[in-house]
Amino acid sequence: MAKLTIEDLKRIREDTKKKTTLREGGATVKITVHMGTCGIAAGARDVMDVILEELSETDRQDIHVMNSGCMGMCSSEPNVTVEVKGHEPIIYQHVDRNKMRQIFKRHVLKGEIQTDFALAKIQ
Amino acid sequence: MRELSLHIIDVAENGIAAGADLITIKISERDKDNLMEVAIADNGRGIPQDLLKKVVDPFFTTRTTRRIGLGLSLFKEAAKRCDGEFHIKSKEGKGTEVFASFRLDHIDLAPLGDMAGSIGCLIMGNPGADFLYAHEINGESFSIDTRGIRKELDGVPINNPEVIRWIINTINDSLKELKS
Repeated sequence: MAKLTIEDLKRIREDTKKKTTLREGGATVKITVHMGTCGIAAGARDVMDVILEELSETDRQDIHVMNSGCMGMCSSEPNVTVEVKGHEPIIYQHVDRNKMRQIFKRHVLKGEIQTDFALAKIQ
Repeated sequence: MRELSLHIIDVAENGIAAGADLITIKISERDKDNLMEVAIADNGRGIPQDLLKKVVDPFFTTRTTRRIGLGLSLFKEAAKRCDGEFHIKSKEGKGTEVFASFRLDHIDLAPLGDMAGSIGCLIMGNPGADFLYAHEINGESFSIDTRGIRKELDGVPINNPEVIRWIINTINDSLKELKS
């Protein structure tokens, strides 16, 4: 592959601007990857990597991703919280690459909670 | 931790949790000195002097969600077992700097690992903060600064997946060049 240049970055900028003018608005889905020492050691970076892959494949601009610290459930890491606007946040446990892919495709994109991987619902 | 880059994510996340909006990550590998140095600095709220000695104690944490804090103690152990050094400097209101060094040919030295993925992960999950990453191998160096990238992006979010991919690929390309 040819070396990436600042021109590539400018191209990305222009492409993105074209897309985003079509849909303005806030987040309707928030994904939080818990990145404490425990989460990182258990594989949270792989989970982020899958989220990045999946985000690149969708045109949705309303999915926001953020890192947060440990929530005290170190033994169930990697934990990921998915919050679809208007619904209770769901915490998933022992998330790996495959589970994250499924959670993204089903819950994040279609709103179907993956109860098999869920740890808790925040009420 | 299986990779040193995971420690780097961990320490950088500490900085973010301390309210930092700029994290500086500097790595230097020098074969002639048989040494790798890693320095991670933030401009967060800093650690009070009386706590500074305690932060590497695994049974100390300021959190209330759990009673142990392994992050810095694991990083310190990783450095110590490779005949390296470990220091933390901090000034309240100014920020914190964590420094660790490693003997390059030590048999217990974990691989640095996926630095590009780690930096990408940090930027993606913390779009409000800026990151400066500088890597030097035997005198040759490269650096990437999200403040400069933001200027080029002219309003396009830095955590846009295409932008993150560009950053990851750029780091991978640059590291490959440094190593060749």
